[in-house]
Amino acid sequence: MAMDWQVFCRDTLTSDLVSGCLGTSRDPTYLNWIIGAWGWTAAVSLSALLLALAVGSVIGVLRTLPNNPGWARFGNVWVELFRGIPLLVQIFLWYHVAPALFAPMKSLPSFVLVMLGLGFFTSARFAEQVRSGIQSLPRGQRQAGLALGLTQWQTYRYVLLPMAYRIVLPPLTSESMNLIKNSAVAFAVSIPELTQFAMQATEETSRPIEVYLAVTVLYIVTAGVVYLALHWVEQRTRVPGFAVGKREH
Amino acid sequence: MLHLDFSFLTSKLIHDYVLQGLIFSVVLTLIATVVGVAIGTLLALMRLSGRRWLDWPAAFYVNTMRAIPLVMILLWFFLLVPRITGLYIGAERSAVITFVAFEAALFAEIMRAGIQSVPAGQAHAGFALGMSYAQNMRLVVLPQAFRNMLPVLLTQVIALFQDTTLVYAIGAYDLLKGFENAGKVYGRITEAYLAVAVVYLAICFSLSYLVKRVHQKVAIIR
Repeated sequence: MAMDWQVFCRDTLTSDLVSGCLGTSRDPTYLNWIIGAWGWTAAVSLSALLLALAVGSVIGVLRTLPNNPGWARFGNVWVELFRGIPLLVQIFLWYHVAPALFAPMKSLPSFVLVMLGLGFFTSARFAEQVRSGIQSLPRGQRQAGLALGLTQWQTYRYVLLPMAYRIVLPPLTSESMNLIKNSAVAFAVSIPELTQFAMQATEETSRPIEVYLAVTVLYIVTAGVVYLALHWVEQRTRVPGFAVGKREH
Repeated sequence: MLHLDFSFLTSKLIHDYVLQGLIFSVVLTLIATVVGVAIGTLLALMRLSGRRWLDWPAAFYVNTMRAIPLVMILLWFFLLVPRITGLYIGAERSAVITFVAFEAALFAEIMRAGIQSVPAGQAHAGFALGMSYAQNMRLVVLPQAFRNMLPVLLTQVIALFQDTTLVYAIGAYDLLKGFENAGKVYGRITEAYLAVAVVYLAICFSLSYLVKRVHQKVAIIR
């Protein structure tokens, strides 16, 4: 079957071919639309990634605090809760249920709700990695920090977390790539991101193969960029002499 | 503040709307697990065969499947399978084919790690006893690989059960859809989403508790 890549140069309203392929913001082509959709995917993924990193780190640390079973239990419940419900159901909870139960949430745009859903879902996974990273450090590290007179917070800030983050960076990288793939569920609550674009543009143009191929490639490119970025961070933060992350088979 | 009313969740409603979806979700998970592990093991053996013409296609397949969002893979199969076979198969059967193909790629990576976790001496001993490659794999290597990887495999099955909700994208009738339809018919969509979340949480929490028990049992033996 012959492919027709000119479909992306067509006006989204009149489906006339537009010379130069790019339309205006008032009169966009499918190329404009898919670039915008890519932006939405990037925005949802990045904001959710930052939220997940922040919340996941806090929860992960809470679960390792010594002599603090209350906080540890809170962390465990958090992780079980956000890992035990499918992402799509969590997105529906944020989008349909939370605003119905808490009136102030009605004014939040759906972008924020999806960010919260995707971010908290991923935070449980990050928390699990951060916890195992901290627990993989020798007990003497914590004891040495406290023996030097550092407070609990300082011990985490200057002794435990710098090594723990280096250890968990590789699994965090693959979780971040999962997060980008997971952002596709935002289609279900009408965020105009790539998957939503794929569905709507297919209906309008009857050119599913071209549309799906373009969207698939953009997802792979996005995940590749995140991989390269985090790999660069990993290289830059490597401490000579500590070959963390390298496992022998 | 909205008044929540769960009284619409009667056994008749469960029977009319939810049961069909629950059965589909469970059957989909079971088929994708059994067939996925079988194909995944074959893919893992191809990757570890040391022959490029077997290794490269398997690696390409596994990496492609893992690089694309599952929702897009569902859409791709829903589009391509009828075009290639010329048969309209419907959303449910399309979902089964997609999940088998997708899970095979994930199970392939797990099985590859499992096979590599078996000491090389085991396979050498098998060959020294005069076993063929097939006998060696079936009787010596794979049983140990399965046992080593059992907790990881089961964890993946839980993730798979959660992922089955994504058939929403192609409109298949699963557990989520069952509750959603019931909620729409009775005008209680908020309660329906809450209920389905609780059901998934209960199922996944029990399964992950089971996995922990299995993990302990396996750990004692080793």
